[in-house]
Amino acid sequence: MSALAVGLVTAGTLFVLGLAGVLVRRNTLIMLLSIEVMLNAAGLVFVLAGSRWGQPDGQVMFLLILALAASEVSVGLGLLLQLHRRTGSLDADRASRLKG
Amino acid sequence: MNAIAWISGAVAVLATLLAVTRRRAIHCLLYLILSLLAVAVLFSTLGAPLAAALEVIVYAGAIMVLFLFALMLLDLRAPGQEEGAGGGRSLVPWLGAGILGAVLLAEMLYVLLRAPGGGPAQVAPAEVGAALFGPYLLAVELASFLLLVGLVGAFHLGRPEPKGESR
Repeated sequence: MSALAVGLVTAGTLFVLGLAGVLVRRNTLIMLLSIEVMLNAAGLVFVLAGSRWGQPDGQVMFLLILALAASEVSVGLGLLLQLHRRTGSLDADRASRLKG
Repeated sequence: MNAIAWISGAVAVLATLLAVTRRRAIHCLLYLILSLLAVAVLFSTLGAPLAAALEVIVYAGAIMVLFLFALMLLDLRAPGQEEGAGGGRSLVPWLGAGILGAVLLAEMLYVLLRAPGGGPAQVAPAEVGAALFGPYLLAVELASFLLLVGLVGAFHLGRPEPKGESR
């Protein structure tokens, strides 16, 4: 198997692991971490494709994903702090009675 | 080069598996940093040095430090849902991370000492920069808007609650 195939297998596995983390874990911080894992796997596929055809576009897309991840994490952590301030825990099920 | 890609991919998958299954949030965070470093090694074997450097600097550096700050701001032991009180723990959590990290270090030393400049066709950072400020200029501007919106949103959400507000 070439390095390309190894990277594709790795990216697929990482994405599935991140998805499982979001679905299984109830700690909001770890759910956010799992979303990061999935974004990272998507970036890995972009870089792989860019490397396969020798074009810089893959890395450009990786940069944009990086910016997306940074802003998503900052807003997500702000929401998480609010959740902890209001319910006293990070459990996602505690926020099941949001209103308005 | 193929063996290095294999090993770093395996390290990334193992570290991520441990990251999503650990109970303590700080262990998850540290295993995820290890996984990001392994993906950076994979990038560098694929001939994408800029992406590898940014993965270490921005992902493993900046974003994970943001998570660490949030973890420090929240006192997670208080509600009693996190197990254990710290002291007197076994060596096992360190062993796994230590072994995986040592594998990455060995790979890095091998690449630095034995195989300089190998691997597939490189995409130089200069090409990426030229593409960013050429055809992708609008996307870069949109990304900067996105970051600004993220900054404003984080500031608004992280603000301390006004006293008089009813909630």
